[in-house]
Amino acid sequence: MRPFRFERATDAQQAVALLGDAPDARYLGGGTNLVDLMRLGVETPGTLIDVTRLVGYDRIDEGDDGGLRIGAAVRNSDLAADPRVRERYPVLAEAVLHGASGQLRNLATVGGNLLQRTRCAYFTDVTKPCNKRALGTGCPAREGRHHNHAIFGHSEHCVATHPSDMAVALAALGATVHALGPAGARTIPIPGFYRLPEDAPHRDTLLEPGELITAVELGPPPGRQTRQRYRKVRERRSFAFALASVAAVLDLESSGTVSDVRIALGGVAHMPWRATRAEVALRGAPVTPERATEAAQAELEYAQPLRDNSYKVELAHNLIAATLMELAA
Amino acid sequence: MSKTVPVTLNVNGVEHHLEVEPRLLLVHALRDNLGLTGTHVGCDTSNCGACTIHMDGRAVKSCTVLAVQADGVALTTIEGLASENELHPLQEAFWNDHGLQCGYCTPGMIMAAAGLLAENPNPTEDEVRHGLEGNLCRCTGYHNIVKAVLDAAKAKGAAVGAPASGQPGVTA
Repeated sequence: MRPFRFERATDAQQAVALLGDAPDARYLGGGTNLVDLMRLGVETPGTLIDVTRLVGYDRIDEGDDGGLRIGAAVRNSDLAADPRVRERYPVLAEAVLHGASGQLRNLATVGGNLLQRTRCAYFTDVTKPCNKRALGTGCPAREGRHHNHAIFGHSEHCVATHPSDMAVALAALGATVHALGPAGARTIPIPGFYRLPEDAPHRDTLLEPGELITAVELGPPPGRQTRQRYRKVRERRSFAFALASVAAVLDLESSGTVSDVRIALGGVAHMPWRATRAEVALRGAPVTPERATEAAQAELEYAQPLRDNSYKVELAHNLIAATLMELAA
Repeated sequence: MSKTVPVTLNVNGVEHHLEVEPRLLLVHALRDNLGLTGTHVGCDTSNCGACTIHMDGRAVKSCTVLAVQADGVALTTIEGLASENELHPLQEAFWNDHGLQCGYCTPGMIMAAAGLLAENPNPTEDEVRHGLEGNLCRCTGYHNIVKAVLDAAKAKGAAVGAPASGQPGVTA
């Protein structure tokens, strides 16, 4: 690992100021992804600024409306174990527990989870070209090994997927990211927080250089009629990234009619993919097997699979339909 | 060269004051600086779990933690699990059930299992298997490992109130 300078910030303003002084600095959360990338030579920061001990950022606070403000330094394990999260936003707890393994969740932070990088094998191999790691060098995954890459929103420059399970649930819940930077504080809704690769795949999010995630905010909890579920398909039952996953939040009237629905897909795009076409197809009538299938079809007909990942189209289709039927049962 | 920085590692109840490069990994600080070689380096990529230790009582993979990140945190390694003359119930159960083949993954398995039992003292077999998802046994000796963890949970249940260990940071 390349040598670097280590700083520890105790408040967010100080962290932002420290990073502002060092253009090649990175904020350090639990390090479960960044330290790995540094060992691989993918990341070579001159300075690391530890933000896990920012005072007050390891708390989950309740708002007047029953929503939650989750500090960026909250560990993934603590987020998934929080009784308020489990009761009001079970899709989030499920998603977090479907990610990584216990040891990693014990270290990984909420902010770091959102900013983890793709596990595309070309990105993590510094001997290979990769536009995400070194813009302008090309994307070998397009014609190379891409069975676990994107089927939505990819570009000629990048076909990678975003690996976070948590972010998929947050996209379905309509969460908001709070960030602090040299220009001040701002909020950015998920999934608008993430971006498609287009011609700048080196940027995963809309964060500006030097901006630090300070919290994630969840709005008022959905009502009692709301049902939530996270399902994930992977190559083995545990400790693997999603081939495809779905987070669904379904609001039903007492008649069974869908009053609202939010569906986000993981493992299929450069960002959590909101299946808005499927959502539109579902509103205003009860969920039936036919309507669940039509909704999935409405989304997946816009998929653009690569040579070796067309299986994901059927997989995501069946995952959406099966999850909707399970929630409506 | 980057400058060294002072770090206090509180391992198995003993404070160690070190001067380290920020890039030093915790597992290397434990093994090379402190001579605690019970913590193993397996895959070196945070996949296999052989390097599992506890930070503040929770299982983590020490090959993906910088020593500076552990500054001031209560650490427990496999060496700190047993009390003076008595094996920890998990060590006893791994011994009785032959929960190992080559033994390389064993310290990490036991530390991960200790973290699991701290959160869930009476796990089902499925919960044990799921709880050990971050640990690999290249000999594929999972059957006896899972049996040992279940037996340790039973033994601990039978000895309610008996402290598992005199070491701080051990909550299993």
